Amino acid sequence: MKTYSIYIAGVGGQGVVKTSMVLGKACVKKGVNIVMSEIHGMSQRGGSVPAEIKIGDALNPVIENGGTDLLISFEPAEALRAINKCSNQTIAIINKSPIIPFTVSLGISQYLNPEEYISELKSKLKKVVVLDAESIAKESGNILSLNMVMLGASAAVTDFPVGKEYLIEAMKESLPEKAIEANLKAFESGYELSHKEL
Amino acid sequence: MKEILTAKPGDKLYLLGNEAAVRGALENRISVASTYPGTPSSEIGDVFYEIAGEAGVYFEFSTNEKVALEVAASAAVSGLRSFVWMKHVGLNVAADSFMSLAYTGVRAGMIVLTADDPSMFSSQNEQDNRWYARLGNVPLIEPSNPQEMKDLMGYAFEVSEKFGLPVLMRTTTRVSHMRGVVDMGSVNVGSKIGHFVSDPTTLVPLPANAYKAHKRVVEKLQAVQEFANKSEWNRVIDKGGNLGIIASGPTYNYAMDIVKENNLKVKILKLTLTYPFPEGLVLDFLKSIDSVLIAEEVDPIMEKEVYSLLGKYGVNKKVYGKLDGTLPMVYEYSPDILKNALSKAIGVKLPGKALLSTDLTLPARPPVFCPGCPHRGMYDAVEKVVKELCIDAVFPSDIGCYTLGYMPPFHKADYLLSMGSSIGTGSGLSKFSGKRVISFIGDSTFFHAGIPALINAVHNNDTMTVMILDNRITAMTGGQPNPGMAMEGKKEISIEAIVRAIGVNFLTTVNPYNIKASHEAIKEALSTEGVSVVISRQPCVLIVPKKKVTFMVDPQKCTGCKICINEIACPAMFVREDGKVVVDEMLCNGCGVCVQLCPEKAIIVRR
Repeated sequence: MKTYSIYIAGVGGQGVVKTSMVLGKACVKKGVNIVMSEIHGMSQRGGSVPAEIKIGDALNPVIENGGTDLLISFEPAEALRAINKCSNQTIAIINKSPIIPFTVSLGISQYLNPEEYISELKSKLKKVVVLDAESIAKESGNILSLNMVMLGASAAVTDFPVGKEYLIEAMKESLPEKAIEANLKAFESGYELSHKEL
Repeated sequence: MKEILTAKPGDKLYLLGNEAAVRGALENRISVASTYPGTPSSEIGDVFYEIAGEAGVYFEFSTNEKVALEVAASAAVSGLRSFVWMKHVGLNVAADSFMSLAYTGVRAGMIVLTADDPSMFSSQNEQDNRWYARLGNVPLIEPSNPQEMKDLMGYAFEVSEKFGLPVLMRTTTRVSHMRGVVDMGSVNVGSKIGHFVSDPTTLVPLPANAYKAHKRVVEKLQAVQEFANKSEWNRVIDKGGNLGIIASGPTYNYAMDIVKENNLKVKILKLTLTYPFPEGLVLDFLKSIDSVLIAEEVDPIMEKEVYSLLGKYGVNKKVYGKLDGTLPMVYEYSPDILKNALSKAIGVKLPGKALLSTDLTLPARPPVFCPGCPHRGMYDAVEKVVKELCIDAVFPSDIGCYTLGYMPPFHKADYLLSMGSSIGTGSGLSKFSGKRVISFIGDSTFFHAGIPALINAVHNNDTMTVMILDNRITAMTGGQPNPGMAMEGKKEISIEAIVRAIGVNFLTTVNPYNIKASHEAIKEALSTEGVSVVISRQPCVLIVPKKKVTFMVDPQKCTGCKICINEIACPAMFVREDGKVVVDEMLCNGCGVCVQLCPEKAIIVRR
């Protein structure tokens, strides 16, 4: 199959790695190959935490510049930070709530209006879907299900290589039992919203 | 994690390279496993910690890498297969014993895994530990992906046993932290009880024995070289053409993907058993092509081997690599870097995507102390006391979370070399810098390499203060236990007892969440001649979550003075558009340090 490249951007603690784990399990269930590169260690302490994923026959998970098919960003500024990995063919799913780093509070760095980051991406990428994943997660009953809102929204993208049914099965195996209901709800809400927009 | 032990043959798991290595060990009669945690190797230990008991494997987090290597070596000479792993700089710590391993040899398979960190995602340097194979006279194996990390464990044990040498397995961040689908084999764990047969002429390298051993080792390596020439893990993928690529580790993945995507006619020599360098195989390969691109990270090691071969046999081929400037001398490669190099080697620009960029300002997002981190209050207290006493201080730092004391607004890291160096350099700086020394070190790092330096400082009558930030865990690497912790079946070691026994002039222990008490303790330590030690004790908030309450700012009382933010820069605190501060309920861990800083008493418990 043609390789499908997914770049997940976020901040340490947002559940980037967990999201990719669910995606990976779903791929194993479907019988397609997946490789991923993730960041551990010092950068996890509140730093930018990107994960790079290729589904298909690729051996190497690191995405070449401009090579991203789908950008999933848990945070607006982190989405724009990934611009060099994107092209005018990239589709992006972005959570609208910013996480302001301490450098901005200290006045040694600047965080523009998140809308600016999003419109910049809208002007350059093929399609950008913006979600209030935090509110959707809260409505679903668990703020920590934010990452499953994002995964659900991604699953609605036309070329997304793994079907909903595999993802849901993988979620049931990977998430704590008491959190599954909220996470499934979050996933479905993300899917519906994104489906409408796409 | 349990499934790494329980998965059945034929199952497919989505595993990190590090996790796959554990399964590989379990499938290949592993008996003993030991480590000191260090990114990017830490997850190997995390998995063993979880499953070793059930699997029947002996596992320990040792005090440091040298001890870990010695524990594994002792198993290997007792006839038990052993596995020890560490980050690249950890092998520097273990090097003293590692350098004798080939001389004494092993009686059962022994694998020393070094996880290198090209581009330094989590390290103080990007040393290329493939040199250690050459320095220590041991065979070197380089996996490219998680499946290979699993499969090569068995192969490495076989090589080790066939030649009676330990094997160095070298991964990089991109292999250890690569996740992929891995096919499972059968678990087959070794016995935990070995048998040691005394043979001092082999196992005690006093000069006369070492003299003979070195010759024996060189002969063994010649035999391994012959073996490497025929190894099924060193193979040519022939897609035609006159250009060759020699690749090892993750660069093989990049090369193969680019060749496939662009339908290039090249021959690829994938080397896995890379030292002793398989000269016969490589020479035949070189003769079959006109030019060759060497794809390796970080130093031009194979490239120099290739030049040496070409010179030795009088063969003339064009070599593209680091030494002719085709590829960079530093950092990890990327698909783009390798694509450019291949474009140069084939003389045709390979197609790429139109590049996007932005002119908008993006915020810097460096790593930071977590909300509720006990270190934050202690750094603030040190800053205040130093100001109050008008001390011209220098702050040697160390390896661990407190390295983040480097960041604004703290700026409390002036010098850092390695694990434990805060006390050793502090001992020196107390005499040579003209400044008052305040060193910062963590609990695990103190056990690892801080103790000999503290003995040195006390013995030499130095005047310095050592802040031991004891958060009851090895935190930066993800939370591994250390000797200071009470655990089932282990004895807790008291930092106070060690420090007191060394004979420091002042010792006190404080809770860093209490700013006033911390302030007093530091003040007293800094007023003491000789070596003074302050132990700042409070569990890591990631391991023992606090959060009984969270705090909020009363906007009526907040004057927007920003003292809280400017002093501790907690990631849970933000400045609103009207200039007042807010605390994020999700992020706040309820440590209460900010409450003590606010002059308006505007930070209150959230109800």
